[in-house]
Amino acid sequence: MNTQTRPAHSSAHGTAAQTNGAGAAAVLAAGIGSFLLAVFAIVGDKSAAAKSFFIFSKPTGPLSGVTTSAIVLWIAIWIVLHLGWRARSVKLARINAISIALLVLAVLLTFPPIAGLF
Amino acid sequence: MEITTRSLWTLIHGMGFGMLYLLACSAAIVELWRRYSPAAAAPVTSRDERFLRFYLLAMAVLAWIAVLTGTYAIYPWYRAVPPAGASLAGYPQRLLLSSPATSGWHSIGMEWKEHIAWLVPIAITMAAAVAFQYGRNLRREPQLRNAVLVFVLVSFIAAGVAGFFGAMLVKAAPVSGGSTLHLIRGAQP
Repeated sequence: MNTQTRPAHSSAHGTAAQTNGAGAAAVLAAGIGSFLLAVFAIVGDKSAAAKSFFIFSKPTGPLSGVTTSAIVLWIAIWIVLHLGWRARSVKLARINAISIALLVLAVLLTFPPIAGLF
Repeated sequence: MEITTRSLWTLIHGMGFGMLYLLACSAAIVELWRRYSPAAAAPVTSRDERFLRFYLLAMAVLAWIAVLTGTYAIYPWYRAVPPAGASLAGYPQRLLLSSPATSGWHSIGMEWKEHIAWLVPIAITMAAAVAFQYGRNLRREPQLRNAVLVFVLVSFIAAGVAGFFGAMLVKAAPVSGGSTLHLIRGAQP
C-alpha cells in the first residue's frame, strides 16, 4: 500500500507525533477479517472437506471453525499491518474504501440466498 | 413461575448481552457523530475521551460475550439431533426443518444470524482499539473517525439482524429444556 507524507500530530497523551498508520491497520484488518468470515462460511457450507475441517467443537459444528479461523487470521493480519504501519501515515481514503467494501461484501455474503449463489 | 436453564441462557444471551449492545450502539454512533466531528465547536475533554474509550470497550465485551454464549452455549442445544422416534419439541432446528412453513426460519434466519453476528465483535473491537490509540485526536483524523463510524453503524445493523431472527426463532421453535428453576410460586386457582 502506498504511503504519503502528511503532518503528524501529537498523540492522545501529547508525548509523541502520531500517524494514522495504526488506525488504518485496525480498519483494514477489520474489513479483511469480516470478509474472511463470510468466505469461510461459504466454503464450509459448500465443501464437505472444509465442513469437516471446520468442526473445532463437535457440539457447535463447523461454525466453531469458521469463526475461530476468521478471528485468528483477523488478529494475525492486524498485528502484521500494525507493525508495518504504526510509524507511517497512509492514504486513508483508499484504505477506508477497501475496508468498507469488504465489510459490506461480508454482510451480503453471509445472507444465505446470496451465499447460495456460489 | 418457572424457567428452564436453557431458556434462561437464551434470555441472558439475547435480552441481556444482545439487547444491551443494540441500546449502547445508538449512543456510540451519536457520540462519534457529534462530539468527534471536525466541525464540532466544543473541545473533546479528557473526560469525553475516557468516556468513549471505556464505552466502546464495554460494548466490545458485550459483543464478545453475546457471540460466545450464542455459539458455544445455545447453538449446540439448537442444532442437537434427536434420537429416533423422539418428539421434535426439544430440538428447534429439526422442528423448524420439519415443515415448509417454518424451514425458512432456519435456512435463512438462523443461517444468517449465526454468521452475521460475528461481524459485530470484529467491528466494535476495532472501534475500541482506535479510540484507545487516538483518543481526542480522532477529531483531527476525520477519515479514521468516518471509518469507525461506518463500522459501528454496520455492527448495529448486524446486531439488529441477529436480534430480530433470534426473537423470531424463539417464537417459532424455542430452545428449552434442562433443569427447571422455580422463580415464584403462584396462588392456587
